[in-house]
Amino acid sequence: MSEKTTYTLPIGPIHPALKEPVAFEFEIEGERIIGVDLKVGHVHRGIEWIGMHRNPIQILYIAERICGICNVCHPIAFCRAVENVADIEVPERADYIRTIVAELERIHSHILWAGVAAHEIGFDTVLHLSWAIREKVLDLIEYLTGNRITKAIFTVGGVRRDITKDQYPKIEEALNYYKENFDALKSVFLDDKSIQMRTKKCGILTKEDALKLCAVGPTTRASGVKKDVRVDQAYCAYGDLDIKPITPDILTGEINGDVYDRIIVRLLEVAQSVDLIEQCLDRLPSGDIMAEPKIPKLLAMLKRTEGDGIGRAEAPRGEVIHYVKLDGKNEAPYTWKVRAPTYNNLLSWIPMLMGEEVADIPIVAASTDPCMSCTNRVTIIHNNKKEILDKEELHRLSIEKTRRLAI
Amino acid sequence: MKELTPEEIIKYFNDKFKEKIKDARIEKKSAGSKKKEFFNIWLKIDKSIFKEAVKHLCDIQFPHLAVISGNDLGENIELVYHFSIYYGGRLKEISVNVSVKIPKSDPKIESICDIIPGALITEREIQEMLGVKVENIPDNRRIFLPKNFPKGVYPWRKDEKGPQKLVRDIYE
Repeated sequence: MSEKTTYTLPIGPIHPALKEPVAFEFEIEGERIIGVDLKVGHVHRGIEWIGMHRNPIQILYIAERICGICNVCHPIAFCRAVENVADIEVPERADYIRTIVAELERIHSHILWAGVAAHEIGFDTVLHLSWAIREKVLDLIEYLTGNRITKAIFTVGGVRRDITKDQYPKIEEALNYYKENFDALKSVFLDDKSIQMRTKKCGILTKEDALKLCAVGPTTRASGVKKDVRVDQAYCAYGDLDIKPITPDILTGEINGDVYDRIIVRLLEVAQSVDLIEQCLDRLPSGDIMAEPKIPKLLAMLKRTEGDGIGRAEAPRGEVIHYVKLDGKNEAPYTWKVRAPTYNNLLSWIPMLMGEEVADIPIVAASTDPCMSCTNRVTIIHNNKKEILDKEELHRLSIEKTRRLAI
Repeated sequence: MKELTPEEIIKYFNDKFKEKIKDARIEKKSAGSKKKEFFNIWLKIDKSIFKEAVKHLCDIQFPHLAVISGNDLGENIELVYHFSIYYGGRLKEISVNVSVKIPKSDPKIESICDIIPGALITEREIQEMLGVKVENIPDNRRIFLPKNFPKGVYPWRKDEKGPQKLVRDIYE
């Protein structure tokens, strides 16, 4: 009897699935993964340190650039943290506009993710279909805020731009577009046999693990943990709205915590976001959009404020939390700590990937919608000989697996 | 255990730890048109009861640990553990922020990974960013800082161990 040899398979720091760097080291036995280790920090830019040398209004724009995709949740969380420290009351109308913009972001982020997930398993037609559908919401965001991506609409104590009555028809048109296309998107992702074969019973995260590892967002909800800041806490307008946490059993009656369940949660959340925006438009209160429109006055007030506060918000990927400490002497905050959702979802990759095949790495890694960065090459060390697998090769392996299953 | 109000949570801690709870305050905020409320609890506790306090919190409900933040306060380092409980119920969540001061002369804190395994990443972060030794941490490696980052420099420190020397021009 010979002992089985295991191999180490490093993937990254340029990542197999998404756009940002993270390094995995897999221990593999044949095709099975029996050990997972990960290294992050390749894009640590010291943003908090930069922020601690700038005033809160300047930080807003840095916070917005922490992440290109969730550029709404970071300014919201930061504003809420500062507003909590300084006891600033946000006008009701601003709370509603914040909610509308945050939900528009969720629509674009979830559909973007759906396209990426399809690409990872070799369905590039579905990638193009979903991204074509996504364009509509980007156009709407541009129409409402002036920018497609970084919206620059938030400020401490409110928002900088109003939504007026004459803008309603375009918003309604876009929302109707999503209602009409939702069924098509749903049947493409949930009824397709190949997608089911690649995603069901794959990358499982149990409810117990999700709780213990403090996972957040659709990743944890797909495992049955009802944790959604929008439901749990009254922030922005969410306290007024009719909202329930989305778990996969709403659609299928069961919770498996696999990749398929994560697709269900994100798709249903797109429909939920459309509904929330409609609720907001119906109830949009009149009034001011800023607590203090004079920025120098606001900054002078914040400079005199002492204390610490936190702000939580639900990003498309999960809970974001910002901690701010103001010392009452300087304009710049004494401490600014940012925690993005992927930070908490890192550890949940380990139980998800254990026991899976190498070809499943891209889709399982992508299934948490990681927000860090991306891959180009993989080195396999085999009998001390290095073989370089580039992203195309890894992608090809994944496509082959889909084809094998489809035959 | 029945669901506790924020006041009862503070009493629950005060009853058990008495004067070791140095400060407790409830922050009540509201938002939206209906002005629905939410609560943040801030507890300042003594280092000696830290781990017991976390276990005590777990007896209410298994908490979600969002992150640990750190402040360099000159003589001391303050760690703030941002927990939340009662999530999952509509508008029921309560944030419990537990802060503990540790002296710079002996910067040590116990690991809570045995209670909440999800604390590992953030404990590794405070270890490299603040130079706090986390005792019994299951994985002692750095997480965000690269291997060649100089030893004995801690980016979140504001004293001579801070990163100032590594930064040339922050205005660019």
